[in-house]
Amino acid sequence: MFLFRLKHIIRLGVKSLWMHRLRSTLTTLGIVFGVCSVIAMLAIGEGASREAQDAIVQLGSTNLIIETVKPPEEKTDTGNRQGMKEYGLTYDDAESIRNTIPDAQVVVPIREIDQKARYLTRPEVAIKIIGTIPWYTEISPIRVIRGRFLSSVDLQYRLAVCVIDDHIARKLFAFDDPLGLDVKIHGSYYRVVGIVSKARHSEMTGAFGTIPAPVSQSGVVGNVYIPLTTARCRFPELDYRFSGGNRSAEKVELQKITVKVDSSEQVLPLRDILDALLARLHKKQDYNIVVPLELLRQAARTRRIFSIVLGSIAAISLLVGGIGIMNIMLATVSERTREIGIRRALGARKRDIIVQFLSETLLLTLAGGVIGIILGSLIPSLVTYFGNMPTVITSASLVLAFGISAAVGITFGLYPAYRAANMDPIESLRHE
Amino acid sequence: MAVVDIRKLSKTYQLGSVQVPALQEVDLQIEPGQFVAVMGPSGSGKSTLLNLLGCLDRPTSGRYYLGGEDVSRLDDDRLSLIRGKRIGFIFQSYNLIGQLNVVENIQLPMFYQGFSEQASAEHAEQLAVTVGLADRLKHRPSELSGGQQQRVAIARALANDPVIILADEPTGNLDSASGAEILAILGRLHTAGKTLIIVTHDTEIAARAQRIVQLLDGQVEEELDNRD
Ligand SMILES: Nc1ncnc2c1ncn2[C@@H]1O[C@H](COP(=O)(O)OP(=O)(O)OP(=O)(O)O)[C@@H](O)[C@H]1O
Ligand SMILES: [Mg+2]
Repeated sequence: MFLFRLKHIIRLGVKSLWMHRLRSTLTTLGIVFGVCSVIAMLAIGEGASREAQDAIVQLGSTNLIIETVKPPEEKTDTGNRQGMKEYGLTYDDAESIRNTIPDAQVVVPIREIDQKARYLTRPEVAIKIIGTIPWYTEISPIRVIRGRFLSSVDLQYRLAVCVIDDHIARKLFAFDDPLGLDVKIHGSYYRVVGIVSKARHSEMTGAFGTIPAPVSQSGVVGNVYIPLTTARCRFPELDYRFSGGNRSAEKVELQKITVKVDSSEQVLPLRDILDALLARLHKKQDYNIVVPLELLRQAARTRRIFSIVLGSIAAISLLVGGIGIMNIMLATVSERTREIGIRRALGARKRDIIVQFLSETLLLTLAGGVIGIILGSLIPSLVTYFGNMPTVITSASLVLAFGISAAVGITFGLYPAYRAANMDPIESLRHE
Repeated sequence: MAVVDIRKLSKTYQLGSVQVPALQEVDLQIEPGQFVAVMGPSGSGKSTLLNLLGCLDRPTSGRYYLGGEDVSRLDDDRLSLIRGKRIGFIFQSYNLIGQLNVVENIQLPMFYQGFSEQASAEHAEQLAVTVGLADRLKHRPSELSGGQQQRVAIARALANDPVIILADEPTGNLDSASGAEILAILGRLHTAGKTLIIVTHDTEIAARAQRIVQLLDGQVEEELDNRD
């Protein structure tokens, strides 16, 4: 019986909406746009939040990263200066931090060098050497998948060993097992003792598959980890550069020092302490302290602004769309006054009339909602493609969008349905 | 016992500050199975009386007992229920729903009383057959002649086997041939024991009726007993 009623009402609704196809289509546009914006907003928000979560896993929420930056050129004597520029973080800095700041749980100095690696006579690949210490695994989300990471013995004896990441393992060794083999870098051989892979917090998937991992510039395939001591004695810290017939040289000891604390509450106080310490040790502003936690907060702020803009668009479209639908339903009700009178004479109660017209409105908004969901699912992939922003469409957002269109239908359909139900049956029957 | 029993029934319309008395203290008793014609000049209150009998309207004063139950003071939902279950309407302008076909139109009163789709469809088809529309079941009203549409309306009025059948000038829009067909069907209903109350200007219908109630200015002017 209930099904009969539902079927009857839906069939009747579809018939009458179909009779005014153009009118119905135009009416639903507001809902379509509204639902589109809702889905896009949620997809972008979700994408940003996953990206942020991922970033915090990569950088570490309890980490502080001090990085070397090139200080601005002194304008005074830019002439033919052939001198050497020395700047950036030093081994002494790392040592001072370790000795004077007890809150710094782990201090990991990092030396980064762009190099090329080769195995046997196979083609060279561009790599990044990371000279570091065994505690690197504490501050980076890498996972040892084969062999081991660098050890304190490696460090102490400056051994020519290396740990490679899985990208390099694939690219350089293809089908050979890299463990125990030698990689040639800058004229020396390094024995592979382990393979690591980056742990990702979450699989990021957009509407149409996985978002590709960011491709790093200069074609670097991956990282090769060697003991910091080995790096120090095998690679010069001096970097010669020729530009316009001038020779200049730069000397940088460390590219990064990462400091890890116990809990995220300690991060911000420690930043100030580190700043004070480094300001004493450095004359120039040749370092920068990055707090991943703060980056996250910044990202959240940007995302919030984005959500407010899209949310306003959604709210306005839904409001305007809802009013349009109410307008059309009022017109429908007055066009069908006589039908209402007939139904009342044949035994329809007021609530039967309300259900009928409310269902018709719902049908209209849900149709708009479905179209909106389809179009709205396309928008995020465009945003990902052109705006280079990750987006994630969750099933919850689809359900929400559907619910919103239903809510709009009920909100704006109630008044016309109520008007229809409260018409005087005799008057309605007399209506032409 | 009278199936329709009205006592001092009055209906006054308020038009701005003017009171229009459409019916004044009408008394009328109708026995089950009677065929009653209501006649009178235009504006005499025939339609007003029929609307009250059909529970589409509530009287200003007086009582209306339908099948022994006082229905003159019921709320809207109860009146709807009574209209759906115990009253069959036939209108001058047929009043079918254009988007529905013949069977669906006849199903409508059963729909509101919660019949199952299948049961009501079967019953509707039977009724369509009895009014001679066996070959028009899936037609829309716009594809039918006036006489055929009125036959659908009669079938629809019979759907819930009502206590009384009310008709307001059922042949008013029809040519004499179609009118005669409708009259023949109404005659058969009377023979089958239905209670019919028909507002009409048509003397042929009046001639068929057992009683003729003449209204004038909202009052019963005279009653003719047609029974042989
Ligand atoms: N809704 C209304 N508001 C005000 N006056 C009304 C209303 N309906 C009917 N009347 C008045 O009540 C009186 C009776 O009207 P009614 O429709 O019952 O006449 P009738 O006998 O059916 O006439 P006809 O033969 O023309 O259909 C008329 O004077 C009419 O003007
Ligand atoms: Mg009338």
